[in-house]
Amino acid sequence: MSLAVSANEYIENVKNGSISVEEFTAKTLEQISKHDSGLHAYLSINDNALDQARKIDKKIKAKEKVGAFYGMPISIKDNICIKGGKTTCASKMLQDFVAPYDATVVSKLKSQDAILIGKTNLDEFAMGVTTEFSAFGPSRNPWNQDYVPGGSSGGSAVSVSALECIASLGSDTGGSVRNPASFCSIVGLKPTYGLVSRYGLVSYANSIEQIGPLGRRVEDVALVLNHIAGKDQNDSTTVDRSNIDYLSGIDAGIKGKKIGIISEMSKGEGLDKNVENAFFKSVSAFEGLGAKIEETSLDLVKFTVAAYYVLTTAEAGSNLSRYDNLRYGYDLDLEGYEFKSYISKARRNFGPEVTRRMILGGFVPSAGFAGKYLLKALKVKSKLKKEIAKAFAKFDFLISPTVPILPFKFGEKMDDPLAMYLADINTITANLTGVPAISVPFEIHNGLPIGIQIHANTLQERELLQAAYALQSTTKLPGAPL
Amino acid sequence: MIGLEIHCQLTNLESKLFCSCKANYREFATNANVCPVCIGLPGTLPRLNQKAVEKAITIALALNCQTPKKIGFFRKNYFYPDLPKNFQITQLNLYGPTSIGEKGKISIENKDIRIRRIQLEEDPGRLIYEGASERTQITLVDYNRAGTPLVEIVTEPDFENPRQVRLFLSILSDLLENLGVSDPTLEGAMRADANVSVGNGPRVEVKNINSFYDLEKAIHFELTRQESLGSRDIPISQETRHWDDKRKITIASRSKEEDEDYRYILEGDIPWVVLDSQSVEKWKKNMPESISSKRERYVRDYGMPAQVADVLSSDKYYSDLFEQSHIKANAKEIANIITTDLMGLVDTREKREQSKLTPKHLSDLVELVSSGKVTRTSAKSALQEIVKTGKSVSEIVSQTGLGKISDKSDLGKIIDEVIKEEPVAVQQAKENPQTINYLVGKVMQKTKGKADPAITLKIFKDKISS
Repeated sequence: MSLAVSANEYIENVKNGSISVEEFTAKTLEQISKHDSGLHAYLSINDNALDQARKIDKKIKAKEKVGAFYGMPISIKDNICIKGGKTTCASKMLQDFVAPYDATVVSKLKSQDAILIGKTNLDEFAMGVTTEFSAFGPSRNPWNQDYVPGGSSGGSAVSVSALECIASLGSDTGGSVRNPASFCSIVGLKPTYGLVSRYGLVSYANSIEQIGPLGRRVEDVALVLNHIAGKDQNDSTTVDRSNIDYLSGIDAGIKGKKIGIISEMSKGEGLDKNVENAFFKSVSAFEGLGAKIEETSLDLVKFTVAAYYVLTTAEAGSNLSRYDNLRYGYDLDLEGYEFKSYISKARRNFGPEVTRRMILGGFVPSAGFAGKYLLKALKVKSKLKKEIAKAFAKFDFLISPTVPILPFKFGEKMDDPLAMYLADINTITANLTGVPAISVPFEIHNGLPIGIQIHANTLQERELLQAAYALQSTTKLPGAPL
Repeated sequence: MIGLEIHCQLTNLESKLFCSCKANYREFATNANVCPVCIGLPGTLPRLNQKAVEKAITIALALNCQTPKKIGFFRKNYFYPDLPKNFQITQLNLYGPTSIGEKGKISIENKDIRIRRIQLEEDPGRLIYEGASERTQITLVDYNRAGTPLVEIVTEPDFENPRQVRLFLSILSDLLENLGVSDPTLEGAMRADANVSVGNGPRVEVKNINSFYDLEKAIHFELTRQESLGSRDIPISQETRHWDDKRKITIASRSKEEDEDYRYILEGDIPWVVLDSQSVEKWKKNMPESISSKRERYVRDYGMPAQVADVLSSDKYYSDLFEQSHIKANAKEIANIITTDLMGLVDTREKREQSKLTPKHLSDLVELVSSGKVTRTSAKSALQEIVKTGKSVSEIVSQTGLGKISDKSDLGKIIDEVIKEEPVAVQQAKENPQTINYLVGKVMQKTKGKADPAITLKIFKDKISS
């Protein structure tokens, strides 16, 4: 059996006995050892994966109750805690941190007999769009290894795209699931803020980020969402949606639905011509599916990158302040050192991008500047929320290219943080407003993937996945050329 | 002028403010009362203890504060080793009233002390300094306390002298105890900072005061220091000073703490708590009766002397005992026994914890006293025994023979002995009947207080006059 199966095909094959969990796990591990030294999707591999697979096989044989995933290999971004293993956030600061507890999403997947095959690479503390800021070296795009895979959940996207697992969990603060999904030609969903528990996700900008699933098929993403969504007493921002099945009726189609093209994200100077062409092909595809399409404007989108970086750095400055080379990244010698010299050492284990954002994060909420920066950013956020609510009064979905540019080469934007920050412009709005958004692979242009982004209103994941599934049905894309 | 910032732990809560570790951290071995949440491990999120919000609002209501429409939490960012996350989750009224309460007051001796605000926050861990000298000193951190619910009460600078501060604190600590939210006698449960200024001089903040007893001393010291500087025309600087517990003086802090920028941001992991007026009304209704209301009721309904009512109402332990043991008929006598005989037996926290006394003991005992079966003196020694052993009143009376001797022939024999032994006193009593009490006292001595004094006196009178 090929590794390039959908989640459902995998489960059916395991159920009817044409492949055992152990066989599939072994094949997956083989694929990882064959390709991952080049791709570097993984930072660590689950040493007990085969044991766990055998246990699930035993349960199947004994006709005991088996969890919904039947041993399906799922990878986990390395900023989500799994008990007993390292959670490094791709940072030297946490290179030896072993979590004594499971993230809520992790215990949910475990209880449904998923095999958490390994921890995936990311930009340090999820800050970046290329994985170039990983302290342990970047991941490479399986479509062309000279190119970045996107980020920050780059390792997750690569692992799915390169058949090193069936699905993955990433985190999305400003597009970190959707951006690499688009760059690696897979599906990535950022759920509504509060739909998936963040307990066990190492916070970067806690007021806007969400854990989200990545998969090769829309229905794979829906299956994972079914099992990670819902109220969690350990995360007070979660909402109760436990009675919704995102898979049922996923093929309902979008006939008669109203779709708005967000003009600020789909036009203009920053937009690559090839991306623009692909996007307008997707518009025709939506029309072919029976949707009614109209252009619409979200005027505040032009302020979102600025607001996003003010807001996220302010929260990062607070969330990451605990990593102070005393409690984490410990490198004291027995002699100790003088208190004032400690200050210069306190953040030494952070990489350049985290340092940059920590400095900004110290500045934007500080006395005398908060009004000029942080409070203004919060104002943009609340106005944008109203603006998008107004748009959803008229439209069922809002669409745009996921990323305005094609995947680029390593180092290309490394020295120009501002150019790199602009890669986020289309994905940030969903985070600032809390609405769900998904990236669906749509075209391969000269060997480089292009994804289409669909937004739906708050907690309309079921409808969103129906639209994504419909768009997916109009495409026939090859797998990554390994 | 003096203003106070008081930190009061909600010691009576079961768990910490944001996790299920114990709020009562005192009985744990070092760093044994911690979990991923309260030591701020990566990925953990705070889970607000609703009971803490309720208790804190009760305090706000008792201090006549206004409560906001919604409660929010903020992060106060600063580096300190006792702070696991390098920020403290606390409250802030900078962007509108969102802390537990504001604009309250307490009256002391016809003077109102205004409460600026009340906020709920997490206590940091504890630093333990070890080592002989400054140079070899090491600092250890115990996070057992980290995350304990703490209520900060900030007053306006309305105090004129240390005496008013003392009065206020004693009223406040009785009030908190009466509300059942905190036990002020626990070490570290109540801490305070003071802002002290003289005339129009600058404000000096005195920190690190770990008991109310020391607070009065610290304020007194600081007032004297500032007055003496003023009298010699030496400028007083606006600064933060620390109270030196050992030397009982204030010393200037090395760092300029007043310049610290806390970079407050909203704590997005804790959703706003909407306070609908119904819940606030419900909490108001469920609040324990206030000390002043109890005091008035005791005087009005039971005819207690004001002084007795005062002692009884202001101490929750005594008033709880009273409430659970009395009926209208025996109220006054129970109040008497509590405020005279019991007081010395259970005057400290330890004694109260060890005491085996129950309300039933008190009502049983008072019944025996009122029916004349046990004397007041015997009742007192019975109380001692009850507090120690918890034995029932009837058991103690029958075992130790504390029952009153009122049998005339039994008493007659003892009285005859005394008459024989005290011929001089008998002679005096014949001449001056008032001295007969000396002889009654002798009988009491012989019977260990069990003789019925009225009957004894009557027999004496009969015998001496005959």
